[in-house]
Amino acid sequence: MLELDKINAGYGRAQILRDLTLRVAPGEILCLLGRNGAGKTTTMKAIMGLLPLMSGAVRLDGKEISALPAHKVAGCGVGYIPQGRRLFGELSVAQNLELGLRAGGCGPEVLEDSLDLFPRLRERMGQRAQTLSGGEQQMLATARALCLKPRVLLLDEPTEGLQPSMIAAIRDVIAVMRDRGVGILLVEQRVDAVLSVADRVAFIENGRNLETLDAEALRRDHSLITRHLGV
Amino acid sequence: MDFGPYLMLASLEGAVTAAVLALTAIGLSLVFGVMRVVNVAHGEFFMLGAVLAWWVASHVGGPPALGFIVALAIAPLAVGGLAALADMTVLKRVNYDPERTIVATIGILYILQQVTLMTYGPEARPVEPPFNTRLALPWFEWGENGFQIYWPWGLSTTSYKLFVIGAAAAVLIGVWILMARTRIGLLMRATQLDREMALAFGIPVERVYATVFGLGGALAALGAVLIVPTQQAHYLMGGDPLLLSFIVVIIGGLGSLPGTVAAAILIGLSDGIISVFFSPMLAKILATMLVALVLVFRPQGLFGSGEK
Ligand SMILES: Nc1ncnc2c1ncn2[C@@H]1O[C@H](COP(=O)(O)OP(=O)(O)O)[C@@H](O)[C@H]1O
Ligand SMILES: [Mg+2]
Repeated sequence: MLELDKINAGYGRAQILRDLTLRVAPGEILCLLGRNGAGKTTTMKAIMGLLPLMSGAVRLDGKEISALPAHKVAGCGVGYIPQGRRLFGELSVAQNLELGLRAGGCGPEVLEDSLDLFPRLRERMGQRAQTLSGGEQQMLATARALCLKPRVLLLDEPTEGLQPSMIAAIRDVIAVMRDRGVGILLVEQRVDAVLSVADRVAFIENGRNLETLDAEALRRDHSLITRHLGV
Repeated sequence: MDFGPYLMLASLEGAVTAAVLALTAIGLSLVFGVMRVVNVAHGEFFMLGAVLAWWVASHVGGPPALGFIVALAIAPLAVGGLAALADMTVLKRVNYDPERTIVATIGILYILQQVTLMTYGPEARPVEPPFNTRLALPWFEWGENGFQIYWPWGLSTTSYKLFVIGAAAAVLIGVWILMARTRIGLLMRATQLDREMALAFGIPVERVYATVFGLGGALAALGAVLIVPTQQAHYLMGGDPLLLSFIVVIIGGLGSLPGTVAAAILIGLSDGIISVFFSPMLAKILATMLVALVLVFRPQGLFGSGEK
């Protein structure tokens, strides 16, 4: 269980997140919806310890991970798939994955498992990450996070700019991880994509919580979305 | 002596300069590449290496070779440890902010220089080379009798100078293996490519920084230990290596290790040749002009790639 308990955070003096509270249960997909600049990416960085919290706490299964130095967060089982992929571009596919394994203290069986989910990467292990196609880069970014055997996955706009076939591949893997009991925090712009996978949807605006609703309710009544996003 | 042998002599002198310069500059380049900070105190780490080499050599008895070998092991380690300590106590405190780091390392520069002056003193002191056989060098010519090899008078080098070139090459290969083939090298490169993602994937970036800064200092000190038997240890000797390292790092492309080595060879060789045929001052003037031209027309460096 990942819990954000009234966190306040920002960049330098500019506060972005205000008393933000979220909970992601194991085997659940929570979607974070909000306009551009609402603070979705900032939320993920705060979870990873990349931004200092002004107050509040982030807990994973009761352990306060926000009290740890940033480089210890991944080792607790938090896999981060950042917006824009942020691969180690000059390193090979294999080296990117090795860094994921190292972060989780995982062995080759976890690598095999990740590669089984993205077989296309297996043929490209020696290739430099920046020379992969956009879809392959997203696969690598996802596989890198899976290599640390996460208990919680943070996905920040994973399907941004991808072809439909790639989007489907990523979404399948998200579903597999959910079924294995991984808690998933997903940021996604496209509302139809959100509704097809989410269990619950948390709306945020200006770094604050609006409502958090069951996806079922939204599927029944689309007007709820328009109301919260103002689109 | 004819022009040919003369040129060969100048090139050999230049190669020694290039070898030591490559070691010093690769340290600066590594620090800039991974940490994105400029270390103005780099020349003082060089100076400390030379002074420590003298200190160790004069305290170890026995043949000169023994003192030198001990110095070769101890001086880079000690200077590297000091640099890592400076990183953890000073640079970490200023958050590796580029401007504040420049000011902080200027402070470190003066502290190291003045402490050396107060303890070691203003004298220039020599270290005896471990071996120093004079080696005559052959030259050839196409005369009336066809191709022939002869030994021009005055054309010689010493075994120690050749050793410096070989040792520097070996250390550079070692650095390359460290970066390209080892686990710690992988962590350094990942940190260099994306510090935030390195943190998000469990890399202890602070420890990587201390290691890199220590390694940079140790490489400068190693270059100094190698050169001090042909020069002398002096508390102000850090200025030239700092200037030349900056020139090399800029010409080679900031943070590019192969570029740094190529630029060190270019600058070292031309420094040797121009100094012999014209004057050392002209060599420095030309090198500085080259930097200005590179900065204006090719800011990524002569050997740098297009990106960033
Ligand atoms: N590195 C940064 N420094 C300062 N402000 C930032 C930085 N990154 C994002 N912001 C600001 O934080 C706010 C939230 O951004 P972000 O979390 O990226 O939004 P999104 O919900 O689109 O992911 C925006 O107002 C943005 O301008
Ligand atoms: Mg975003």
